[in-house]
Amino acid sequence: MIAELGHYALALACMLALAQAVVPIWGAARHDAVAMAAGPALALGGLLAVGSAFAALIWCFTVNDTSVLAVVQNSHSLKPMLYKVAGSWGNHEGSMVLWVFILSLCGAAVAGFGRNLPSALQARVIGVLGLISLGFLAFILITSNPFARIWPPPADGQGLNPLLQDPGLAFHPPLLYLGYVGTAVTFAFAIAALIEGRVDAAWGRWVRPWALASWGFLTLGIALGSWWAYYELGWGGYWFWDPVENASLLPWLAGAALLHSAIVVEKREALKLWSLLLALLAFAMSLMGTFMVRSGVLNSVHAFANDPERGVFILGLLAFYVGGAFILFAMRAPAMAPTGVFAPVSREGGLVLNNLLLCSILAVVFVGTVYPMFLDILTGEKISVGAPFFNAAVAPLAVLLFAAMAAGPLLSWKRARLWPVLQRLWWVALLGLAAFLATLAVAGWNPLPALGFAASAWLIGGALCDVADRLALFRGGWRTAWARAAGLPRSAWGGAIAHAGMGLTVLGMAGMGLATDRLAGMRPGDHVALAGYDWRLDSVEDATGHNWTSRRATLTVTRDGELVTVLHPERRFFPVARQNTTEAAIQTTPLRDLYAVMGEETDGRAVIRIHHNPLVVWVWLGAAVMALGAGVSLSDRRVRVAAPARRALPGGAAAA
Amino acid sequence: MSEVSPRPSRRWMLWAPLGVVAAGGVGFYAMLRGLGTGAYDPHGVPSALIGHPAPPFALPELAAAGVPGLAQTDLVDMPRPVLVNFWASWCVPCVIEHPELMRLSREGVPVYGINYKDKEADAAGFLAQRGNPFSRLGRDQPGRIAIDWGVYGVPETYVVDRGGIIRWRWPGAVTPEVARDDIRPLLRRYA
Repeated sequence: MIAELGHYALALACMLALAQAVVPIWGAARHDAVAMAAGPALALGGLLAVGSAFAALIWCFTVNDTSVLAVVQNSHSLKPMLYKVAGSWGNHEGSMVLWVFILSLCGAAVAGFGRNLPSALQARVIGVLGLISLGFLAFILITSNPFARIWPPPADGQGLNPLLQDPGLAFHPPLLYLGYVGTAVTFAFAIAALIEGRVDAAWGRWVRPWALASWGFLTLGIALGSWWAYYELGWGGYWFWDPVENASLLPWLAGAALLHSAIVVEKREALKLWSLLLALLAFAMSLMGTFMVRSGVLNSVHAFANDPERGVFILGLLAFYVGGAFILFAMRAPAMAPTGVFAPVSREGGLVLNNLLLCSILAVVFVGTVYPMFLDILTGEKISVGAPFFNAAVAPLAVLLFAAMAAGPLLSWKRARLWPVLQRLWWVALLGLAAFLATLAVAGWNPLPALGFAASAWLIGGALCDVADRLALFRGGWRTAWARAAGLPRSAWGGAIAHAGMGLTVLGMAGMGLATDRLAGMRPGDHVALAGYDWRLDSVEDATGHNWTSRRATLTVTRDGELVTVLHPERRFFPVARQNTTEAAIQTTPLRDLYAVMGEETDGRAVIRIHHNPLVVWVWLGAAVMALGAGVSLSDRRVRVAAPARRALPGGAAAA
Repeated sequence: MSEVSPRPSRRWMLWAPLGVVAAGGVGFYAMLRGLGTGAYDPHGVPSALIGHPAPPFALPELAAAGVPGLAQTDLVDMPRPVLVNFWASWCVPCVIEHPELMRLSREGVPVYGINYKDKEADAAGFLAQRGNPFSRLGRDQPGRIAIDWGVYGVPETYVVDRGGIIRWRWPGAVTPEVARDDIRPLLRRYA
């Protein structure tokens, strides 16, 4: 019964989305205030309907309703409650419902918080969001009904993939989807601007919070996924350049470029077409990621069940939204003349450089990701493009990007001089050089990690220098600095924090460049030495858990005779899913991780893989700091307070 | 450092993103089509034997089938291309593809069979009950020849051209779609 109600709510939401797609846009075109005002109401109604459907789906999972096919395929009565709930979005059908639910949340947020938007712009944005909802609701109803029944109901479900039974992964998809769907809102703003035929400073100001929020959530979602891969898959790495990982990195890069170029639109009314293009691109990348993961064209640990039929549907949606958007772009863009050409050495010049570099990285990752697929379909040749290519191609661009990142915020708008900025940064540069030389002294000729440490010092130092500069810390004394700190816009704080966060992530990556590991077949009592630690295998025993049994090793790690930690790597067996997982045992400190994985056992020997991962935790902490920076920037007063009214157009058409 | 210019001479650049999207869309669509027909398989490893002659082998006949056995020497200098089909009586997709093999055989396509890890009586019973599409049939009881061919599992079907070169491999059942879209065009091409 609940399942049928959920199905009905989805159908209702589909109809509401149809109305939401048509009425406000029509109203905006006809200057019909009543029709435009229907937009927010329809968006809230849509949220209610999709929310009910999502709640119904979660209910089916929590009570383990085995007459619902999705529950049977993905759940089991013995699963802990957290994973029953998370299981509702841990599969194709449920994740699509979550996707649309978050989209409706965004639509309702535009309706609720967008009161200071011009009504025509708001109506068009809500209309475009309705159009996107419509496509995906139709996709769910036609190809992936999460409420499909099965008769007769089996006694119990088949269980969730044990790899996915993990708190990190329970929250990885919702965060990632918040990011992906956020790109839909900036996309909707871009389409609305193209329909209106104008982009101005106010548009830049309205788009930026959405770009920031979307980028912040993407950052968190990607970091959580990377952390999960680190501790759950047991490979000891944090990023594998897997096509699906890349698919999440692409919108992140486009979003990062957009949130920087939107500043230029806001401050200087320049880079308007470019920002529109980035907004379209970010959403296109999100959709392409969705397509690649769900259609089966990829071979990846992340891929959902293959279904070419669904792939054709998503490809159709992709063609409609992205193709339509770029047709609109090509038609309307010539009408939007750029204003103000600016000097290369200036804040906006720096932001252009940032955009060029971010987009170059995006292009490299994009080509590396899709090239093998297109080569296969064109020539039948199978190749795999892996970490060596990406590291070699991205690293030089990243070095340039990091070099510019510290200097950019210190440049002034319109016209700046590079020399005074570099003078202010001399001690930061010295810090970077010291980090570079210190790494070489400690770790030998290992240029990439050394460059990483230098970049990290440069970025964190640059962010500190930026803040100190704005507070006039070295000129005005503490009292003035304190007064200035209170007055400094949150967006300035946010930018500095996010740049420092990037520095912390680079610190972790550089540390991982010095990681060491060792594989050994060990009997109880055997010792292995790694990175100055002594690792002793004490025993291997049986253990049982909630819905698994396992073999559990006990490793004692000592250093110079002092006990450091006792690690318990496990090999778990999940009888319901008939699947093994490895549970890595990790001891984390800010300076290094000790990481142990247990493999197969043969005649008394257990295969044990141990890793020493310096500074790795900063990879994810840095990402959290980046997201924090986005959040601080988002709390800026200018974002919340009504933007100044737009200057009226000559025709007076769409002004507030 | 200026943005995309709307000057008429550069206006085509505004259409460039659409061009990329269109090309990507066509490629992705081809992949989806390929997934359906097996022409595109992200998980698959291509057969190393495509474009090469069949590995040497000689397999005994199945007495009850009334057709001769199969050896590599039978796969050279043929009047027309042939199908080589690995099958077993215990394999369900082999039952599914059987009518299609019978249809091809009735049309005069030489279908050679290799009976994989099967009991003689079971294989004979299978053919007696459902009909024998094979004009030659070898028995690979230990499954050794299947290893040489790189067979993943039964059924698997190969197209071998007149000169004995392996041209195509299909893991899985030969459905009417596979016969129509892949096998018949290949047989025409190598006729």
